[in-house]
Amino acid sequence: MNEHLLSMHDLSATDVTRILDTAESFREVGTRVIKKVPALRGRTVVNFFLENSTRTRISFELAAKRLSADVINFSAGGSSVAKGESLKDTALTLQAMGADAIVIRHSSSGSPLQLTRWVDAHVLNAGDGTHEHPTQGLLDLYTMREKLGRLEGLRVGIVGDVLHSRVARSLSFGLVKMGAEVTLVGPPTLIPPDVSAWGVQVSYDIEGVLPKLDVCYVLRVQRERQRLEYFPSVREYARLFGITRDRVALMPEGGLIMHPGPMNRGVEIDSDVADLPRSVIEEQVTNGIAVRMALLFLLLGGAKGEVA
Amino acid sequence: MQPDDVRRALTRIAHEILERDKGAADVVLVGIADRGDDLARRLAEEVRRIEGPEVPVGVLDITFYRDDIGMRADAPEVHETRIPFDVSGKVVVLVDDVLFTGRTIRSAMDALMDLGRPRKIQLAVLVDRGHRELPIRADFVGKNVPTGRADDVRVLVAELDGEDAVVVEGAR
Repeated sequence: MNEHLLSMHDLSATDVTRILDTAESFREVGTRVIKKVPALRGRTVVNFFLENSTRTRISFELAAKRLSADVINFSAGGSSVAKGESLKDTALTLQAMGADAIVIRHSSSGSPLQLTRWVDAHVLNAGDGTHEHPTQGLLDLYTMREKLGRLEGLRVGIVGDVLHSRVARSLSFGLVKMGAEVTLVGPPTLIPPDVSAWGVQVSYDIEGVLPKLDVCYVLRVQRERQRLEYFPSVREYARLFGITRDRVALMPEGGLIMHPGPMNRGVEIDSDVADLPRSVIEEQVTNGIAVRMALLFLLLGGAKGEVA
Repeated sequence: MQPDDVRRALTRIAHEILERDKGAADVVLVGIADRGDDLARRLAEEVRRIEGPEVPVGVLDITFYRDDIGMRADAPEVHETRIPFDVSGKVVVLVDDVLFTGRTIRSAMDALMDLGRPRKIQLAVLVDRGHRELPIRADFVGKNVPTGRADDVRVLVAELDGEDAVVVEGAR
């Protein structure tokens, strides 16, 4: 394992398998009456979230607490960041307070990497701009492997706003690394121009792709990131790419519907589709805690450059 | 120890458990991964052969309870914990291959306590090699093996290693 978790790109297929296997042990901890183990007692994990997030922050907080680490939550509003402190000074302050790991979410791509140059703590990327969101990608891989028994050869469609989605990037890189076949589906304006380097296929026809999918991964339409208009209207998007009950019927038996949340019901996914048994959206959330526990454990469980 | 010695030791321990606990009514066996779980399954088989009842067997991984996390170069390998029964009110016999410093057993007891409140915890080991660092002793011992602190004692089990044996290698 590396010292930090910055992107799916940094991980080898062996690393991914090790993370998912370790997460499986932590899934068991989540089913106990006492959902806590003393593995990281005395370690301090700082959640440094400079962009709004509820589920990722809570998931990381729970993961760290279930490992008995001390957790400090730090967000932009009401902190020194709002008073104009630079990222570097804030990072050095966290360092001076003895943080062993810093979980960072930031609106600028690459800020977690920048952070590693200033601090000794382990850095975990919890989403940086439109770059990557590796823990989400890993929990999605975990969920697919758990539900379908394998990753190799799986046919996965990632539908929607790929251009603005760090989730789509982490997930695609991870899936390709593990030998799955990925098809990106969406309006041409929301497919990134550099996609030829990803090792994936592209389609603009959702109904043509669905019959060949083991997993239909629906992305959120991120209206807050769209500075320009990438499609004429939300209603038109829903009509052309929204996952409706009729479209789900085109999928093979046993195919999964996934979504990273939060959902816009009625836009990218119909409300009754989100509640189908084959939608594993809540399982994704539960698995997220186990995967983040595994990552914190694997990064913090070894010695850092000191004693062997 | 040769395969026959291992088999005889396990048979004797099974008898001793039945004697000490007056039958197998509330007894559950929990093996410490890895190898302890294989030995626990064999003890359960012996108990069934001797008296008939089926004794529940669980596997415990103690990685998250170790006291040396952060002192080793890399995060330790994690095994599976699978205890498909409630340990509360039961006589839990912990099963491990080698008893050495006692730290593994300390971790295992902490882990067990998080799963419920056993009536009693007992310890069965195939080999006791001495050099305790904690006030812990085994209730059932296959064989006491005097060793040097730096010697390497390995228990091989057929399930993982292809054969049963106990090997002591002196420190070089």
